[in-house]
Formats: sequence, structure tokens, C-alpha cells
Amino acid sequence: MQEQNELIKILVEKHGRTRNALMPILQDIVAEKQFLEPSDIALVAEELDLSAADVYGTATFYTFLDTVPRGKNVIRVCKTISCYMSGKDEIINALEKVLNIKVGDTTVDKQFTLLTANCMGWCHKGPVMLINDDVYHSLTPEAAIEIVQQYKEKSKN
Amino acid sequence: MDTSNLKKVDIIFSKVDNPLQILDKALQKSPDDIINEIIDSGLKGRGGAGFPTGLKWKFTKNEDSDVKYVICNADEGEPGTFKDRQIIEEVPEKIFIGMALAAYCIGAKEAYMYLRGEYNFLKKDIIPKMEWFNNEIKNRGLDVTLYLRSGSGAYICGEESALFESMEGKRGEPRNKPPYPTKAGYNNKPTSINNVETLVFVTMIQHLGVEEFKKLGTKDSRGSKVFSISGDTPIPGIYELELGMKVSDFVREFGDGDTKAVQIGGASGFCVPRKNFENTIIGFEGIPTGGSVMLFNSSRSMYNILHNYLDFFVEESCAQCTPCRAGLQQLLKGIEAIKRREKPASYLNELIKLSQTMKVASKCGLGQSVANPFVSIVENFKEEIIF
Ligand SMILES: Cc1cc2nc3c(=O)[nH]c(=O)nc-3n(C[C@H](O)[C@H](O)[C@H](O)COP(=O)(O)O)c2cc1C
Ligand code: SF4
Ligand code: FES
Repeated sequence: MQEQNELIKILVEKHGRTRNALMPILQDIVAEKQFLEPSDIALVAEELDLSAADVYGTATFYTFLDTVPRGKNVIRVCKTISCYMSGKDEIINALEKVLNIKVGDTTVDKQFTLLTANCMGWCHKGPVMLINDDVYHSLTPEAAIEIVQQYKEKSKN
Repeated sequence: MDTSNLKKVDIIFSKVDNPLQILDKALQKSPDDIINEIIDSGLKGRGGAGFPTGLKWKFTKNEDSDVKYVICNADEGEPGTFKDRQIIEEVPEKIFIGMALAAYCIGAKEAYMYLRGEYNFLKKDIIPKMEWFNNEIKNRGLDVTLYLRSGSGAYICGEESALFESMEGKRGEPRNKPPYPTKAGYNNKPTSINNVETLVFVTMIQHLGVEEFKKLGTKDSRGSKVFSISGDTPIPGIYELELGMKVSDFVREFGDGDTKAVQIGGASGFCVPRKNFENTIIGFEGIPTGGSVMLFNSSRSMYNILHNYLDFFVEESCAQCTPCRAGLQQLLKGIEAIKRREKPASYLNELIKLSQTMKVASKCGLGQSVANPFVSIVENFKEEIIF
């Protein structure tokens, strides 16, 4: 709680207390902890003198401002047309298998959340996925598994 | 490729030795002179809608307000479009110069780039470059500052008024128009919003001169355009081509020998079947595009393609107006029901009518353009949709 207070205080200092600062503040919280808890929303609302419902309304509009618990690494596989044509289904199957979860779920150790998303701007190099902010394109199922393994290794160290 | 009828161009990505010289040269002219040059060049917006850029700047300049804004739309979310990302990666300073010139011309002190969240990885390069640029313009005594704002995964925020709402910390729900952004945009102040590529063209028109730019393209489609080419092609990628080409010439160059249809303008654009390749022009006099061109060969099911587009729109609609929200659900359920034989083939005509109603009754460009892919795919590939 203390830490959370600190983070939000710092962000409010950085971005300001106007409503125009709301998106940057929420984005930075998500960058730090992957999703927004009800208490984050309440705190931000208080700092910016907005109603919590208002802040919640904004947050829930945006796919990347998650308001449900997410793993440390959020994987988003593109499912739009070009990636559909270049084999996104095989990528999703491979990831579901290696992570042992279905799309929409988070692993028990809270390391990974697997999601799908719409066109990410790499249609000439599909299939594509984002892990947090990083892009991986021209995927094969093997490559996707390999990349996830690397994240697993990293989290061990 | 020698037999190609397409003219490849290298304006957008060309490296300029000292790009700040372009800014310095332009700043010796008055705002009106620059605006008139851009009007004269015939440059139209490269974000899709194709509004004349010079006029947009003139309208914003003519508004009486102490506070005005410039926005660079880097939300690039149209399926099949990826050229703005590459422009931002390769020639950001040319975008910044375009933003600074827009601010100088209309009388704005703040210029924002709204970058889609999917491109967050670009920030570590962009932010220091923007700081450097801000310093350079300060040194020149120009009272303009560039800022970066991010999206958070919502296609609709590429629509200009939804983008303003998002920057104001609200849900990205498009506003009613009028008033137009030139009168009441970000913070309800006069705002000139342009696509990334449009702003680079402004810079390059200043660099090369109006006449050089006008040599390219046709009367209605001046200049060149960066295309994002994907789908069934051996050479997917980003190409700058002269505007006003025939689809047939395009397919000869980029097709895989088995092209049955080309989708121009992304999910919200039009599907051109093979029989129309010869008599369809890519450009403002034919099919305008933000640059997305996708090729489909005969192994593809047009039903699956249409279904994928509709899934996209259902998810990305902001759902604030009924024609779009309910219409999309009905179109999707409708084609599924016909496929399963629960509805007769004639039901397609009702769905076409519904999409045409959406065109007139929806609040923004998203709902209004669903009929483009829907009608052009259904009418040209009826058998594939039904059976
Ligand atoms: C649903 C929707 C999404 C849009 N997305 C974008 C976008 O990602 N990038 C863009 O430049 N314009 C987009 N536009 C067009 C903008 O509203 C606006 O017309 C454009 O930014 C103006 O710039 P231009 O005149 O330089 O093209 C979109 C429009 C609609 C209706
Ligand atoms: S047309 Fe669709 S996206 Fe546009 S305002 Fe209406 S519901 Fe929202
Ligand atoms: S369709 Fe997947 S990145 Fe565009």
C-alpha cells in the first residue's frame, strides 16, 4: 500500500493533476505493475479530483489498461487478417501448450498472461506477438516457444 | 521488374544531409506563404480521408484563439497499415519539422504526437530525438514545443475526435461533427491534426519545391504515397509509389500469379475482384487509401476474410451509437446464419441494406465505412459467402 501510494504520488507530480494527465498516469502504473487495481483507481481519482467511476470508465475503454490481474509478462498475439493468413492459430496453439493455459488466462505462477489483440502494424512480417512492449515478428511455433522459454529463464534469475 | 508500369519514388524515406536546413529555409517565409505553397502543391491527407492539407492549416490559422494545437496522428491502426511505424523509425526528424512548420503556420505553441501503444518500443528512440529537436527550435527562437502522448490499444482513437477525447483523459468516443477540429479540437481549441506521412510530405515539399512534387501523380492525386503491402505476395513490405496507378499494374508487380482479389484501404476499405483490376485506379479519383493494400490468392476463403474484418470492427467499435453497435452484431450473426443454412441466401440483401443504413446513420467513420468491405466482398463473392 505504501509503495503504491508512493508510485502514484510520483506519477501525479510528473504528469500533473489535470484530467489531461490521466492517460499518462494510468499508462505508467500499468507499465510498472501490469494492471490497475481498484485501489489504484481510487487513489488516482482522489489525486486528480475526479470520481472513481470516471477514472474506471476511462480505464476500461482501453485494451492495454487492464483492470483484471495480469501476469508479469503479457503476451498478445495478433489475430487480424494478415496474421490470420500467415498462421496465428498455430502460434496460439503452441503458446497455449507451452504455458499450459488458454487465451485469456494467466499462469499459476503469475509470470505470463496470454491474450490476442488486433493488428499491431507488422502485417508484412506475420505472425506477430507483443510481449509487454517488445515485438516479435515472422514467428514460427518453435520460435514463439523459444522466446517464451527465454522469458522464463530471465524470471528465474 | 523492368516491364513495370509502376513508378517507384523515394521522397519519404530519403535521407537529407542536414534536415534542419529545411526548417531554416522554410522559417524565412511567412506562414501564409507556406500555406499557399501547400495548397498549390495539391497535397491531400495521407491518413485516409484525403482532406487538402493546406486548407486544413488555413482554416486553423484563421480561427481567432490564443491557444491552438498541432497533432501528429501516429495511431496507425488500420489493419494492413504499417508504414507510419517505419517512417517514425527511419526519418523522425522529417516528421518533427512538419509538426514545427504546422505550429508556425497556424500559430500553435504545442504540438503533440499521439503514438499507438503497440509502438511503445519506439519511445526510447523518439523521446531523446524529440528533446534534441525541441532544443534546436528553441535556439531558433521559435516558441513551439513537441510532446509525445501514447494510445492504449484502441483503433478508434485514430479517429481524430476520439483521439482528442483520449488525450483529454476520457473514453475514446468520437464526437459529433461539426464542429470540426479546425474550430474545436483538443481541449476544444482550434487544432490541426495530420497523419505522420502527410507531415513528412510537407517537409519534403519545402525541401524539393512545389513543382517537383506536382510532377508526380495525377490531377486529383498529386504526389506519391507510401504503401503497406501484405497478404499473398512474394514481396510484402513498404513501397513508395506514384499515385493514380491501375490495380492491374499493381497486381502484376506484387501478385503471386494467382491473385483473385485486392483489398485496398484496410478493413474499412474496398475489395476489388480480378475482373475489375483493369479499370480500377488507386488514388483519390478511384479508391483512396491510407496505404494498406492486401492481396488474396485463390486459396483464400472470402467468407473467412469478411468474418475476420467483422470480428475486428465488433471489437473496435466504441459502441456508443446503436447503428454501429447493433448493426455490426447483426452483420456478423447474419453471415454466420447464412453459412449454417439457418437463413436463406436472400437474407444477404437485407444485410447489405443494413450496412448501407449504417453508412448514413452511424456517428463516425468506423460505422460509416463498414459497408465498404461488406458490400464489395458480398457482391463480388456471393457464392463463397453462401456456400
Ligand atoms: C476509425 C478511424 C480510424 C482512423 N485511424 C487513423 C490513423 O490511425 N491514423 C491517421 O492518420 N488517421 C486515421 N484516421 C483519420 C483521422 O480521423 C484524420 O482524418 C487524419 O488523421 C487526418 O490527417 P490527414 O489529413 O493528414 O490524413 C482514422 C479515421 C477513422 C474514422
Ligand atoms: S460509428 Fe461505431 S465507432 Fe463510431 S461512434 Fe458510433 S459506435 Fe462508436
Ligand atoms: S494483421 Fe497482424 S500485425 Fe497487422
